Amino acid sequence: MQFTPYAKGLLVALSLSVMAGCSSSGGAQDGDMDSANSGANTAGMNTGANSNANQMSNAAMPDVRTIYFAFNKDTIRPEFESVLMGHAQYLKANTSANVVLEGHADERGTREYNLGLGERRAKSVARFLTVQGVSPSQIEIVSYGEERPAVQGHGESSYAKNRRVVFDY
Amino acid sequence: MRRLTAWMMAAALLAVTSLARADLTIEITKGNDSATPIAVVPFENLTGGSLPQDLARIISDDLARSGQFEPIKRDNLIALPGTTQDVFVNDWKRLGASYLVVGQVKTASNGGYSIQYELMDVLGNKRMLGEVITGSNGELRARGHYMSDEIFEEITGIRGAFSTKIAYITANGVGDNIRFALYVADSDGHNSQEILASDEPIMSPAWSPDGKKLAYVSFEAERPAIYVQELGSGRRAKLTGFRGINGAPAWSPDGRKLAMALSKDGQPEIYVMDIASRQFQRLTNNPAIDTEPDWLPDGSGMVFTSDRAGSPQIYRLDLSGGTERVTYTGNYNSRGRISPDGENLFMINRAGNGYQVAKQDLKSGRVTSLTDTQWDESPSVAPNGTMVIYATQQGTRGVLGQVSADGRAQFSLPSAQGDVREPAWSPFLN
Repeated sequence: MQFTPYAKGLLVALSLSVMAGCSSSGGAQDGDMDSANSGANTAGMNTGANSNANQMSNAAMPDVRTIYFAFNKDTIRPEFESVLMGHAQYLKANTSANVVLEGHADERGTREYNLGLGERRAKSVARFLTVQGVSPSQIEIVSYGEERPAVQGHGESSYAKNRRVVFDY
Repeated sequence: MRRLTAWMMAAALLAVTSLARADLTIEITKGNDSATPIAVVPFENLTGGSLPQDLARIISDDLARSGQFEPIKRDNLIALPGTTQDVFVNDWKRLGASYLVVGQVKTASNGGYSIQYELMDVLGNKRMLGEVITGSNGELRARGHYMSDEIFEEITGIRGAFSTKIAYITANGVGDNIRFALYVADSDGHNSQEILASDEPIMSPAWSPDGKKLAYVSFEAERPAIYVQELGSGRRAKLTGFRGINGAPAWSPDGRKLAMALSKDGQPEIYVMDIASRQFQRLTNNPAIDTEPDWLPDGSGMVFTSDRAGSPQIYRLDLSGGTERVTYTGNYNSRGRISPDGENLFMINRAGNGYQVAKQDLKSGRVTSLTDTQWDESPSVAPNGTMVIYATQQGTRGVLGQVSADGRAQFSLPSAQGDVREPAWSPFLN
C-alpha cells in the first residue's frame, strides 16, 4: 500500500521519457524557425556604421540586466534608457552575441493574461534595441508572466520588483 | 540527435521527480445557513477487524463540501444504528436531521468488503435508497464517493460530482530554485499523484472531455509549449512549440480540437488546432492580447479574454462569425469559464479590494461576487455546475478554494507545503 504511489510515479516518469523521445519531431516546431529567419531584416543593416562608432568605448556587457515597469504598462521608463543603450551597444559590437529577453508581470490578474503582459514588456525592450540598430536575429523573447517572481509577497514594493524584463545572455 | 536531446531532457525531468505527495485538506471558511441537516452515522463494522477507511466520514465530508448539506456532528448523534430497521425515527426528528444515512460493512466472499448503505427521509419516515456494493481495500474511498454521489442525486435531483478529480500545479521554492509539479487528485484532495515535475514553470492544465488526458503548458525546454499527456499510460505528445506564447489550451466539447493562445504572428491570438490533422485556424486578429479561451457547451463558439477595449474583458466568439463583448461590470474581467448548462459565466472580476471569483448570469447580465478573498485566479466549474474550484492566497501562500455556485458555502484546500494553484475540475469520470 505504502509503495503504490512510488511505483506509479516511477512508471509515469519512465513512460514519460519514452514519449518525449517519440514526440520531438512534431511538425509545429518548424514554423518557429521560419519566423525567426524572416524576422531578421533591415534594422540591423542600416545602422551598421553607428555600431562601429560606439564599439570601442562601450563593448563590455552591461552590469545592469533588469529593468522595471509601471503597473499594466510596457513603456520604457526614462531612467532605464541608458541601461538599454548600453545593451544595444554591446549587441551591435558583438554581432555573434544573442540575448533572451525574459518578460515578467506581477501576480495580480490571471496567469495567461499576464503571460501576454510579460511578452508586451519584452517586445517593448526588443523594439527599443532594434531602433538602436541591434539585429532582430540576436534577440529572442520569452514571457514568464507571473510564474517566476523575483520576490515573494503582496504589496507594491514586491510587485514593482516583479514587473520586469531580464536580459539573459 | 534530436531524439538524444529529448531523452536527456526527459532524464533531467526524471531527476527532479521526487515522490512527494501533495494531498490537500479541506477547511470550511464560510458555512451555508440554509444547508440541509443530515445525519451520517458511522458504518457498523461487522468484519471483525478494523476498517482502513471511515466511510461515513468520507460521505459526510463530501456532502458538507457541496455546500447544500450540513452534516450533524458525530458527538451529537444519539444512536448508532447500522440499518434503517434499527432506526427510531423520532430520535432523529428531535435532533433536527432532515435525512439519515446508515450503513454496514461485512467481509465479502472474495476477501474484500461488502457495504450496505441506506438513505432515509426522516421527516417523511421513508427509506429512499438502499444498495449493497463491494470493494477492495484500495477501492474504499472511491466507494465512499460513489455513495455520496447516489445520496446527493437522490435528494437534490442533481448528479453528484464527488467521484471526479482535480488537476493542479504546485510550486515549491523561490527565485531560480522553484520546483513545479502537476498533480491529479480526487476532488476532495486525497490520493494526489504527481504526473509531471520540472524546474521550469508548468501552467494551465485542461482535461479532455473523456477525462483521460490533460493538456498543459510546460516551459521545460525553457520556452513554453503545449503538451497532451495520457493519464493512464503517462505517454505524451508535444502539440505546439511556436516562437512566443503557446498557452491556454482548451478542449472542444467533442475532444477533437484544442483552442489556444499563440503569439507566433505577433501578440497573443486565439487559434483552434484540429488534433488529428494538426491544422490551425486563426480566430482573432487584433493588436490586443487575446487569450484564455473556453468553449461553449454546444461547441458553437467560445468566450475569451481580450484587452482590445483597454482593460481585460470577456468576449464571446461565434464560430460562424461575430464577436461580442460579454462583461461590462468593473474594469477587469478575465479567465471566463462557462457553466455546464451554458447559463452562467464564472470569471475573475476586480472589485474594490482585489480579484475575486464572480458569476455573471448570461441572460440578465447580472454579476454576483462569490468570494471575499483578494487574489483569486483560475476558476474551474464542477461538471454538475454546483461548485467552483479556484486558486487564492492565504498569507503569502497559494491555496485552492472551493465555493458553491451560489456563493453560500466556501472552503479552502491548503497543501501541507508550498504553493498550490491552477486547479482544473475533471469531467464526470463514470
